[in-house]
Amino acid sequence: MGIDLPLLWALIIGFGVMMYVLMDGFDLGIGILYPWLPDKHHRDVAMNTVAPVWDGNETWLVLGGAGLLAAFPVVYSVVLTALYIPLVLMLLGLIFRGIAFEFRFKARERERAIWDKAFIGGSFTATFFQGVVLGAFISGLPVENGVYLGGPLDWLAPFPLFTGLGLVCAYALLGCTWLIMKTDGVLQARMARLARPLSWGLLAAIVVVSVWTPLRDPAIAERWFSLPHLPWFAPVPALVVVAMVLMQRALRRGAQVTPFVLTLLLMFLGYAGLAISGWPRILPPNIDIWQAAAPPQSLGFALVGALFIVPFILMYTAFSYYVFRGKVRPGDAGYH
Amino acid sequence: MPDSLALDLARVQFGFTISFHIIFPAITIGLASYLAVLEGLWLYTRKPLYRDLYHFWARIFAVNFGMGVVSGLVMAYQFGTNWSFFSEFAGGITGPLLAYEVLTAFFLEAGFLGVMLFGWNRVGPGLHFLSTLAVAVGTLISAFWILASNSWMQTPQGFEIIDGRVVPTDWLAVIFNPSFPYRLLHMSVAAFLATALFVGASAAWHLLRGNDAPAVRKMFSMALWMVLVVAPVQALIGDLHGLNTLKHQPAKVAAMEGHWGGESEPGEGFPLLLFGWPDMAAETTRFAVGVPRLGSLILTHSWDGTIPGLKDFPAEDRPNATVVFWSFRVMVGLGLLMILLGGLGLLLRRRGRLYRSRAFLRFALAMGPAGLVAILAGWYTTEIGRQPWVVQGLLRTGDAVSPHAPATLALSLALFVVVYLFVFGAGIAYVLRLVRKGPVAEEGTGTTPGGPGQQRHAMRPLSAVAEEQ
Repeated sequence: MGIDLPLLWALIIGFGVMMYVLMDGFDLGIGILYPWLPDKHHRDVAMNTVAPVWDGNETWLVLGGAGLLAAFPVVYSVVLTALYIPLVLMLLGLIFRGIAFEFRFKARERERAIWDKAFIGGSFTATFFQGVVLGAFISGLPVENGVYLGGPLDWLAPFPLFTGLGLVCAYALLGCTWLIMKTDGVLQARMARLARPLSWGLLAAIVVVSVWTPLRDPAIAERWFSLPHLPWFAPVPALVVVAMVLMQRALRRGAQVTPFVLTLLLMFLGYAGLAISGWPRILPPNIDIWQAAAPPQSLGFALVGALFIVPFILMYTAFSYYVFRGKVRPGDAGYH
Repeated sequence: MPDSLALDLARVQFGFTISFHIIFPAITIGLASYLAVLEGLWLYTRKPLYRDLYHFWARIFAVNFGMGVVSGLVMAYQFGTNWSFFSEFAGGITGPLLAYEVLTAFFLEAGFLGVMLFGWNRVGPGLHFLSTLAVAVGTLISAFWILASNSWMQTPQGFEIIDGRVVPTDWLAVIFNPSFPYRLLHMSVAAFLATALFVGASAAWHLLRGNDAPAVRKMFSMALWMVLVVAPVQALIGDLHGLNTLKHQPAKVAAMEGHWGGESEPGEGFPLLLFGWPDMAAETTRFAVGVPRLGSLILTHSWDGTIPGLKDFPAEDRPNATVVFWSFRVMVGLGLLMILLGGLGLLLRRRGRLYRSRAFLRFALAMGPAGLVAILAGWYTTEIGRQPWVVQGLLRTGDAVSPHAPATLALSLALFVVVYLFVFGAGIAYVLRLVRKGPVAEEGTGTTPGGPGQQRHAMRPLSAVAEEQ
């Protein structure tokens, strides 16, 4: 066996999900922040900063689903069955959020309020239930012979609900710092004031999850706090502290781009932390990536495509961001 | 075996969500190519009318595309949430096909859609045209993969079953399975046809209200040329597709024809039923009105050929002929009307009355949704005709469904129905409102097309050229 196909696929899916969290994170964050942007022009501008790219961002979520089905069908079927209700609610949230982009600009004056609410409610619901799904997944799903044994409401527990709120805070910070980067004037100043409490909220979420998970699961405690792992993984929390310090400094001096970059870094560190905790289990607590893998004929065929095509995707995604670079102002950008 | 109420609810939910979904990609496929043609004609002829039409249809395309994306996301997850045993069983084949669709099509469409819709004044005309082409090609690539996957479920090959799971052995055989070329052609052409009918009906609406602008005439003319050529071609493809189905899924064809077998003597052939009510319990087609021997002629291309009847299959392997018989007739009936529309259009065009005959304009308007209805009817035929199998001959639908309680499924189904009717009802209303506004002359010169704001400076020398015209 030359190439470890399940390992490569775990990395590809992990990469795809991370891209999704970072990129759709700031789109969803803008929806979450809408209540703090009562002015119509500010709402137009905020939405226009992501209108050309949100669809591509959301595609990473479809890749996550399709990749999981292709590479780890049992995980796909068990997780999606077990977390049926939060996933359906997440999808419904994404529907309201997605159509709001188009409908809001097509609506008559008095209808716009409906789609503003759809955008806010959809973004919040989608984010919260993504967090719930994440929390329930980390908590572990009881499985025997590829069949989920738990109940339909097992996700309704303190930890998943907490991760749901934590993710709302995280995406809000991503959206907030994105807007600091992409706008100016009153809107930017407003976001700069919001960024500070949100960043502390994200830090709190990271700390609570970092304490809660090893307490619940001795395997995770073992992973982080025993030798020889300790020195290898210690940089992760250390970097979180560094990023937080830099973030506060950047916000104080009114930096435009740095807060967004640092938020990306914080999100990446949080994500890496979860990956370190879970590795190599893909269906906690018992099933690892090699046990869950699809037949090598399936993995190999799809791998060729993924390795060849993903670089092109990254290139033209970068091109699209480049075309729409720079600040967005009222009346700008938009065919609407 | 899960309880049958849960199975029925899961099937209704899938049928409901995919029926809504399929409308949007069908129009997306057709409009994307239409937009590419319009932009190509604009760049080639420099007639502003093509550019105006481009902006007009691009706005409608955007709303439609958004609805396609969000309803499609639901589909990508529903295989796991509601059909987990299907995903576990067949994920080794359907998974990679779906992954290829995402990698080669979804990202391509989404990546260039932003430039296509928002980039008119931000990139040069060549790059913009390239973006439109990328989106159009993306929609077709998408159809390629999803239909490969669906066709494999109809006519599976290139695999073996190990430990109760499908393992692919020959990917070329998997993708190019026997029904795939026919289904791909039939569906792609259906998307073009449905879009042409929709474009034609939009133009007819304006012409009937006295909006006789050159752009309106142009889109009416283009749509009717398309219908004239494509509708008969579609009938031919449909015929070949039917013969292919007869070879590989004879029970489906028997159900489509309400043919039970044993009614006629050898050498008499079998009739084509125009009307009837297949009764599954009584194993007969009631009130049958048919043309003798025509069934033989169409399906076996001979005077006295026969095909297997439903009675040749065990009762538990028969699809529901009552539904399939009628959905098939709806599709074919509408197809014949489309051919008539194209033919009449040619006749009137030669007499110079294409834009003036009110009766014909009303006919074209009424045919606006015909393509979409025909697509739905066709899909009901092929999907319900595959039952009781989810993967023909390998996995029964009843064995594929996730073990949810009926209450859970009833709740989610109710949510989907409420949300879809509200959201997509509003979306379709917005699309029709945009259609009603009609193409706007000189849109996109100097200002951002359709936008509230003024573009202060030409971003590129070439868009300055456009401004001077």
